[in-house]
Amino acid sequence: MHKHLLEKLTILFLFIVTFLTGCANNNSSKITIVGSSALQPLAEQAGNDYRLSHSGSNIVVQGGGSGTGLSQIQAGAVQIGSSDVFADTQKGINAHLLKDYLVAVVGVVPIVNKGVGVKNLSIKQLQEIFTGKITNWQQVGGKKGAIIVINRSKGSGTRATFEDLVLRGKQAVKSQEQDSNGTVKKIVNSTPGTISYISFPYATDNNIQKLSIDHVYPTNKNIPDNKWKLWSYEHMYTKGKPNKATASFLKYMLSKKIQTGLIPKTGYLSVNQMHVKRDSHNKVTKLGK
Amino acid sequence: MSEKNDDLKKVVNQALAEQKVPHVKLDKMKPSTVDIDKLTKPSKETHQEYWGKGLTFLAIILIILLVVSIIGFVGEHGLATFFSDHVNIIHFLTSTNWDPTQGENHVGALAMIVTSFLVTLISALIAAPFAIAVALFMTEYSSKRSAKFLQSVTELLVGIPSVVYGFLGLTIIVPTIRNVFGGTGFGILAATLVLFVMVLPTITSLTVDALKAVPTELRNSSAALGATRWQTIYHVILRASTSRILTAIIFGMARAFGEALAVQMVIGNAVLMPYNLVSPSATLTSQLTSQMGNTVMGTLPNNALWSLALLLLLMSLLFNFLVHLIGKKGKK
Amino acid sequence: MHAKRNDKIATVFIYIFVAIVICILAGILGEILITGLPHLSWHFLSSSASSFQAGGGVRDQLFNSVYLLILTIAISLPIALGAAIYLSEYAKDNWITNTIRTSIEILSSLPSIVVGLFGYLLFVIQFNLGFSIISGALALTFFNLPILTSNIEQALEGVPQSQREAGQALGLSNWKTIRGIVLPAALPGILTGIVLSAGRVFGEAAALIYTAGQSGSTIDYSNWNAFSPTSFLNVMRPAETLAVHIWKVNTEGIIPDATIVSAATSALLVIVVIIFNFGARALGNMLYRKLTASNTK
Repeated sequence: MHKHLLEKLTILFLFIVTFLTGCANNNSSKITIVGSSALQPLAEQAGNDYRLSHSGSNIVVQGGGSGTGLSQIQAGAVQIGSSDVFADTQKGINAHLLKDYLVAVVGVVPIVNKGVGVKNLSIKQLQEIFTGKITNWQQVGGKKGAIIVINRSKGSGTRATFEDLVLRGKQAVKSQEQDSNGTVKKIVNSTPGTISYISFPYATDNNIQKLSIDHVYPTNKNIPDNKWKLWSYEHMYTKGKPNKATASFLKYMLSKKIQTGLIPKTGYLSVNQMHVKRDSHNKVTKLGK
Repeated sequence: MSEKNDDLKKVVNQALAEQKVPHVKLDKMKPSTVDIDKLTKPSKETHQEYWGKGLTFLAIILIILLVVSIIGFVGEHGLATFFSDHVNIIHFLTSTNWDPTQGENHVGALAMIVTSFLVTLISALIAAPFAIAVALFMTEYSSKRSAKFLQSVTELLVGIPSVVYGFLGLTIIVPTIRNVFGGTGFGILAATLVLFVMVLPTITSLTVDALKAVPTELRNSSAALGATRWQTIYHVILRASTSRILTAIIFGMARAFGEALAVQMVIGNAVLMPYNLVSPSATLTSQLTSQMGNTVMGTLPNNALWSLALLLLLMSLLFNFLVHLIGKKGKK
Repeated sequence: MHAKRNDKIATVFIYIFVAIVICILAGILGEILITGLPHLSWHFLSSSASSFQAGGGVRDQLFNSVYLLILTIAISLPIALGAAIYLSEYAKDNWITNTIRTSIEILSSLPSIVVGLFGYLLFVIQFNLGFSIISGALALTFFNLPILTSNIEQALEGVPQSQREAGQALGLSNWKTIRGIVLPAALPGILTGIVLSAGRVFGEAAALIYTAGQSGSTIDYSNWNAFSPTSFLNVMRPAETLAVHIWKVNTEGIIPDATIVSAATSALLVIVVIIFNFGARALGNMLYRKLTASNTK
């Protein structure tokens, strides 16, 4: 026992190293999806379902953020890069190399702490709050109290959507930033006077006050004809033409089973339901249906 | 008496009988029976010695490689901000304007540098006396059993994920600060308190090791001189373990410095110069962690984040030197 | 009389400080266990996680955490042990050794996300290991080595010099002295290092998100072929640990029972760490007794 402790450890170590190098290269038909954390729950569930119906397939779904998704797909390190933003809006990404698959639509809703006494804001008021012109809830018909803006991290897909559609090019006030829907929700719930915004699928509980904008209610019903303007696409990008396994999975993502089954169930909206289309410059056009 | 002598004779005779040397003719006694090779060649032990030394040396080389590769990696990305994106390094260190997506004139990290320093220093300053007190209690005051129990519990705290600390901070510390000091409750103070709990186990258990390493003779001789327990602790034990306690504090500070997920939740994460302890601000790591996934590799916003990481490395280097300097002075 | 009074004051202060710390510790552990334990059930431990429905469990995450820990320690302990032995027994006391020591200390202050991204670019992409347990274990090794090495080094230096002298006096080679005398005597200290770094491995999330990944694949616990993609032993499969699960559920999870899952998972994690710590100590004491023929401890 006490003779060979160190030798044993060394041998174990060498064994592990050889073991690892031995099995390093066996990922032939593996599909790795990296990127948008907002899309992750959906992609993960779709991946699980796909694995069950297609034996021998190997799908790995990871988050990491839209920026990671886009840079990794551009580098060709993964098979699918998911993103909440259009690739051509990102500096350093050559969108021509990438093929865009719109797999879902997701709404964004402003939320406030329950104590502020506001249930509706006009888009102008919203803009002025986030640019720092309105600083007290009294100014927009609520109880007296300072407005605390919780913004989302710069570069996050949700923030990009929100700033494009609400701020329209104006600079947001310097404020607290949080990078995930869950944390934002918790902070808004517990801190008086806070306002922020999250994606629809997360805005399910009653601890926070969802705001309607110009008296349009934040429901999935109002999105297809652009009545509720705060929405964005969820993208899956491939580099050039996808290989066979990847194409098959993307086809599955766009199939009826996912688009009318899983997607509404998770709080997203199917792209097939949309009556309008939006391009990367936020130009909205009606779809001829 | 004679009985004993007989016994002895018996034993000696037996030994001689066992040691019967076979008779070899003088002529046949050649030097070849003495294995010169074996005598001049390295023994088994020497081989083992080489092996052992070689293996451990290999391990240290591996670690050096690792350090060099990480520093090289961070350096390569971090310096790109200054060399290929042409950010002025003085601007980077002295401006508080942080918005790298707007171009190279908006890459000022001063607010984060100040916040990081404050958060780390204050939490280490609060944690150190507590940790030393607990360590002293464990080694000098309490029974072995309760010391062991206390140690296990502190070690338990290391295993709790930072996210959980973050949420505890968010639900307990932030509201308390809001009620006591006003404001939103988010800020350096909240981050400091969360970090205090997080670095406490690290500093405590390393300090315990440091105190245990003080030889018992020192304690005994001090007691023999008539010193009280506190005199022994203050003049002997703490003096003897100063440099190791300082190392413990460095490790604690290092942990505080590098902690991101928990801090990010309670500090408010707004890149603003902190004007008091309860105003929202951001540390280097909290910015780094929350932004990394949202930036595209190789672009300025991404490189700027790597510069923060590089800065972090350099700053911990500085911490290190400072503390070692103090340690050397303390020894004299 | 002065000294006696000071002694009393100091004692009172130390007791107050300790009491405060105990209150904090008890508060935190109590909070986690009280909110989490009621939701821990056999179902929770034995079912797999769900992406968007309520009622998911953490079976795979639990296994992954333990498996990842074992792999990480198996990789990092030999290296750390070797390096620590070299530093404490062989290396000359010159500036090179000091530089190495300093750089090890600096390394430990790197934010885990940097280590994670480094691991991502190096192991996941460069070495083509993909999001996998082994990438995670290697990244955690990076993360673990500094603190483990310096812990072990201190443990070795804490072994009384007389023990080494005794070894030399018996005519043992340096190596035999280290292996037969110094290492066993330093075992308790080494163990503290392992327990501390194991705690960090259990609790680490940021470094793993980019390396071991934040979602698992289908795992088959009856498949013992470590090379099959569905085997639970396969080191090439992506794996989500308990800590990463807590992070994910709280930040981007859309399951309706997120708070419950997170509370229960935290409590489970604490329990796992308790079991591991006590197990490691018990094993360590047994080894210590066997190796050093000592009856104390």
